[in-house]
Amino acid sequence: MMTIRLIPCLAALLLAILGWAEPAAAQVPIGPGPSPVREGLEIGTSTSEIAITSDFRGADLTVFGALTNADELFLAIGQYDVVVTLEGPRDAATVRRKERVFGIWMNTQSVTFEQVPESYSMASTRPVEDIQGPTSLTRMGVGLDHLALSPIGYVGNALAVADFREAYRRLKLSSGLYQRDSAGVRFVSPSLFRATLRLPANVPDGVHVAHAYLFKSGELILQRELPLRVVKTGLEQTITDAAHQQPLAYGLVCVLVALVTGWGASVLFRKD
Amino acid sequence: MTVYLPIAELSVNIFIILGMGAAVGFLSGMFGVGGGFLITPLLIFYNIPPVVAVATGANQVVASSVSGAISHFRRGTLDMKLGTVLLVGGLAGASAGIWIFSWLRKVGQLDLIISLLYVVFLGTIGSLMLAESLRAMRRAARNEPMPLRRPGQHNWVHRLPLKMRFKKSKLYLSAIPVVALGFGIGILTSVMGVGGGFIMVPAMIYLLRIPTSVVVGTSLFQIIFVTAYTTIVQAATNYSVDIVLATILMVAGVIGAQYGVRVGQKLRGEQLRALLGLLVLAVGLRLAVDLVITPADLYSLSVGGFASR
Repeated sequence: MMTIRLIPCLAALLLAILGWAEPAAAQVPIGPGPSPVREGLEIGTSTSEIAITSDFRGADLTVFGALTNADELFLAIGQYDVVVTLEGPRDAATVRRKERVFGIWMNTQSVTFEQVPESYSMASTRPVEDIQGPTSLTRMGVGLDHLALSPIGYVGNALAVADFREAYRRLKLSSGLYQRDSAGVRFVSPSLFRATLRLPANVPDGVHVAHAYLFKSGELILQRELPLRVVKTGLEQTITDAAHQQPLAYGLVCVLVALVTGWGASVLFRKD
Repeated sequence: MTVYLPIAELSVNIFIILGMGAAVGFLSGMFGVGGGFLITPLLIFYNIPPVVAVATGANQVVASSVSGAISHFRRGTLDMKLGTVLLVGGLAGASAGIWIFSWLRKVGQLDLIISLLYVVFLGTIGSLMLAESLRAMRRAARNEPMPLRRPGQHNWVHRLPLKMRFKKSKLYLSAIPVVALGFGIGILTSVMGVGGGFIMVPAMIYLLRIPTSVVVGTSLFQIIFVTAYTTIVQAATNYSVDIVLATILMVAGVIGAQYGVRVGQKLRGEQLRALLGLLVLAVGLRLAVDLVITPADLYSLSVGGFASR
């Protein structure tokens, strides 16, 4: 009896020690669980850096996780839930709405949301709304519909803001930058789980953060995070860097290329 | 084969861009125009963010104007002094245009204004060109001679003060309309990504009465400097010149132009102009339709970068 219970825990610990949690995961315990033994959570990602090459078509990121000191009984009846998210770099985002003005569609209203993740990919054992109530999810900022979207500046009509929030989520979902998979986290053994997150082809570069949330009977008990760097590589990165860091020189090079191309053609195709 | 455009931040099919560049280059060689007013709308139709399309279009015009300018310079068919006065206005106009461009972008009306300007200009120029060439065709059919333009006719432009002597053009002309013309074209270069030859050349001939022999060379002289300046300033303020996109367009464009020139020499002028007029009208119409039909989504999103991706 003893051995049976120990095996999964040992396996989990072993895996955790073996190092696929290699970038140190910060431990953020949230509230004391009801059981005297504290659960542990370790996560690791399949890679800590994703390179965007010129033929980048998107990538999959696998997040592994090990649950330690899990309560046997709760595990058996599926009381543990895991949500894994990957949040892209944050920036302000402006949603604009068009209206017909003199027969022409033009942007008339806009709402700017502060510091929202440019990309957000989420996988969970089951739909997050089934794990927790909307109020708590919104407080934690877990789940597509529960990300904090706070407008910058004065916005007159609160009802309109709700429309803009909804439009924001819809646009992000349709562009593939926001994704959710409510069956994307699978337990491969009672205490080991694997989450697959999809990074779209238009994933923004910068530091992304993979979050893993462990819920026990609907209560968030543990949270882990790991950084993931998404970098443009090779020529693309050199060009982007040059355009933003040396814009004047970059502009001069653009003009030079144009002059050489135009002049070269006139020399190459000269009729005499 | 796809290629990633680092500034536009999207992957495109290289052959479509090459084809676009070659086709516009061909037309520009055939009709003797810069092609900026066709390249920018085409790029917008291909979902390149208008911010990038305009800035990259200006860069492309530099390449397509160089060889023409060189040959006019060799033949001496350009008025340096007149070109310099135009250029003074042009650089000021381009600077003002960049400011307007950045402001429109901030308030979220840039895409609309770019489309509107294109609809107005392409619609007007296309109709004028078509009407003029149809008239010429009818005249040719009836074997009537071309109506001659009598030189020495004066209009209000020639009563303005601040007169300057332009030896090469054999003109004694106020600097005000020249600078003003340059200024207006400069604004168009930075807001629309065009060289502006399609407006400047008629204005120089009909409004300023500049001899036709120096008009094209002088306007090319001004266009090269203003588009080069606009490219650099766009790169420095809006980071919106895509060198990969520009290079593909330019290489395809200059090659296409060589063949366009050859075909253009074999076709008749009025028919050519009627064709170009139709093409210009079609592009303008397409943009106009996009402005009027109900968009699939009333909401749009912009994040730090250019437009909804």
